[in-house]
Amino acid sequence: MAKKFCLLFCQVLTLGFFLALGLPISLGAQAEMILHRGNGAEPESLDPHKGTGVPENAIYNDIFEGLVRLDMQGQPVPGVAVRWDVSPDGTTYLFYLRKDARWSNGDPVTADDFVYSLRRAIDPVTAAEYGPILDVIAGAHDFRLGVNKQASSVGVRALDPLRLEIKLAAPAPFLMGLLAHNIAMPIPQKVVEKFGSQWTRPGNIVVNGPFIPVDWVPQASLTLGRNPHFHEAAQIKLDKVIYYPTENIAEEFKRFRAGELDLTYQIPPEQADLIRTTMASEYKNTPLLGTYFYTINLTRPPLGGDIRLRRALALAIDRRIIVEKVLRRGETPAYSLVPSGIAGYTHAEMAEAQWTQQQREDEARRLYAAAGYGPDKPLSVEILFNTNEEHKRTAIAVGAMWRKVLGVQLQLTNQEWKVYMQSLSQKIYQIGRYAWFADYPDPATYIDLHLSTAGGRNRPGFKNPKYDELFEAAAHSANAQERFGYLRAAEQIVLDHMAVIPLYQYTSKRLVATRVKGWGPNRLDVYPSRYMSVER
Amino acid sequence: MLRYAIIRLLGAIPTLFVIVLMSFFMMRLAPGGPFDRERLLPPEIEAVLLKAYHLDEPLWMQFGRYLGGLVQGDLGPSFQYKDFTVSELIGNALPVSLTIGGIAIVLAAIVGIILGTIAALRQNSWIDYSVMGVSMTGIAMPSFVMAPVLTLIFGLTLKLVPVGGWVAGDPRYIILPVIALTLPHIAYIARLTRGNMIEVMRASHVRTARAKGISEAMVVWRHALRGGLLPVISYLGPATAGILTGSVVVEQIFGIPGVGRFFVQAALNRDYTLVLGVIVVYGVLIVLFNLAVDLAYGLLDPRVRYDG
Repeated sequence: MAKKFCLLFCQVLTLGFFLALGLPISLGAQAEMILHRGNGAEPESLDPHKGTGVPENAIYNDIFEGLVRLDMQGQPVPGVAVRWDVSPDGTTYLFYLRKDARWSNGDPVTADDFVYSLRRAIDPVTAAEYGPILDVIAGAHDFRLGVNKQASSVGVRALDPLRLEIKLAAPAPFLMGLLAHNIAMPIPQKVVEKFGSQWTRPGNIVVNGPFIPVDWVPQASLTLGRNPHFHEAAQIKLDKVIYYPTENIAEEFKRFRAGELDLTYQIPPEQADLIRTTMASEYKNTPLLGTYFYTINLTRPPLGGDIRLRRALALAIDRRIIVEKVLRRGETPAYSLVPSGIAGYTHAEMAEAQWTQQQREDEARRLYAAAGYGPDKPLSVEILFNTNEEHKRTAIAVGAMWRKVLGVQLQLTNQEWKVYMQSLSQKIYQIGRYAWFADYPDPATYIDLHLSTAGGRNRPGFKNPKYDELFEAAAHSANAQERFGYLRAAEQIVLDHMAVIPLYQYTSKRLVATRVKGWGPNRLDVYPSRYMSVER
Repeated sequence: MLRYAIIRLLGAIPTLFVIVLMSFFMMRLAPGGPFDRERLLPPEIEAVLLKAYHLDEPLWMQFGRYLGGLVQGDLGPSFQYKDFTVSELIGNALPVSLTIGGIAIVLAAIVGIILGTIAALRQNSWIDYSVMGVSMTGIAMPSFVMAPVLTLIFGLTLKLVPVGGWVAGDPRYIILPVIALTLPHIAYIARLTRGNMIEVMRASHVRTARAKGISEAMVVWRHALRGGLLPVISYLGPATAGILTGSVVVEQIFGIPGVGRFFVQAALNRDYTLVLGVIVVYGVLIVLFNLAVDLAYGLLDPRVRYDG
């Protein structure tokens, strides 16, 4: 008897062992086409009015579809709206919705869905962090601040189920980019009202994009399946998309190398050289609409009071060395606040952008001396950055240049992310590392950072009436070229005052397995799964 | 014994209260809050959020509110993961941590005790030296070194198991984390067992047993092990709590959705309620395992009684 048991036990063990090793005890079944995506962080929320980061945005683009949506080139293209008319003054848009747009429960997507969703996005109760970018809609600002409590005062109206009118407070040539943002995506009113805060759970959630969440294990994976009611369902090749939170970069890299991930969110910086040389066909290094800069606290002397010092510091930095020797991942030197790559906009530039580095350094020394500093009276500055190896290396390099060219004494201070955020907001810093990415491709998303009304968002504490005026003028201009002209002039002012020292333009660094087809680089770092397939 | 257990459990309440109190206020002392973002919130939105989460109230009031919820088993909403409550998040994560930790500790106990006993019985033989040599290495090598080495060998090179991630119910995802977690404990338990067994084997009651002519196997099993294991038991209590709560590193490296991973992210995100929730759960676990150890002592050691 005991022997028999022993035998059985051994058999079970062996079977378990083979199962555990995943040896081919396969039960047949047609292989599903699954895309495994490393996605940085665990999503904050599947509610497009609540999530704010790149990880959430990637998911929203797969499960929801706005009036317009982004294609693989990052360009806004018709989504639920097939076409639209614009009034001559550029403030009234009439969107014609597609007849075959369906929610994943089969209900039609109507103009009323957009009215509900846009109102909810700016409702003070929702407290959507991105709500303010919709202030361009007539009445949105007052409604959002509770000045006007009438939701009907917001310029969004359903003329009939398939026609939506949006009235703007001022012309907005960037509207299509904005409407592709997740804040403008539609959500299902009935489902939201029925389930409350539970509406985003798989099982409850109803979406109108190509994929629908079917399983969600926080900190492990979010699985999307096909939405059979999606109007282009026939063109979608993937059966499943699985998003993995990959906060641990080293783990993500290992899982990619083991073939468990098809796309990564980033690459481990310390492996960059290895990746560039041995994984060239998988390494995707793309310029982004993001600028890395040092912001200067203008409320604190001596830098705040003396433009010569700020300029000297800005000129003494050899940006080419930073990007080519320190970072080495495709970044390009930046002499502007707004990055290159926004269609139709030529960014402003620091006056010395076209000089040789030698000329810049000579000028830096001259300005430094003119400000009354020299070997016997050196300037001492502090660079604050959030704890991160790359920021540290950059700051060390910049500090070395300042020391070499000007003889500046430097202190480096690193702080944990939240502490650093608070130091910046409360202006407890002298020079701070900072970066800004376009939420949608428009220079105004950079220019509004330094308005005198921007509060804590205005990190340097920059105040310039002319700058504010130019921004206002741009906001009311119906002509795209004229508007860009105002914004460019404003950008020039902030550069002339050296409120920020631009260092470089960001790049996206991702790994894409060669078996993934349909992936394309774009400046917004948005890669909708609907275009992709996996050939195993 | 039951009386003793109840008294101990009641005694744990003030301990837990102090833990919650300290963690609550220390968390708030840390600079930066849950809503300090790169994209600074407009004041009107921040005000709504602070109100919604009652962060606009005085601290003592928030603490009272938290305690009130806690008593009813409500750990509050998560600030970061807005679609979930803390209870839901921990409810999902705890079984994962318990599975891995439980297997690891049982494995550590079984393998460690067997190895330690063998080493003790064959004292100063090559078996003894190799077991002890390997355990020294096991103790010396921290899991954050062990784990990447394991993934490199078994995941990337041999491709036997996944290098990371978690699929509920799939045993392949359990293997490497369990090994990484259990090895240092196997090593420690083996050393502990060996040392005690050597001592116990020389004790008078063992000598008496031998003199009575009981077989050597019986002597070891009935008389030596019981006494020899007491220090191991007292090690197992804190070790179990530690392995369940301290798998933070292993969970990070293997991408396992356990409590430890939430703990780290929550602290970085200043997700106050989630941090506190994890601390409460950890606190309860530690209290329970220490109690379990003391009770086990009573069962194993005839000298210990809890009648008083």
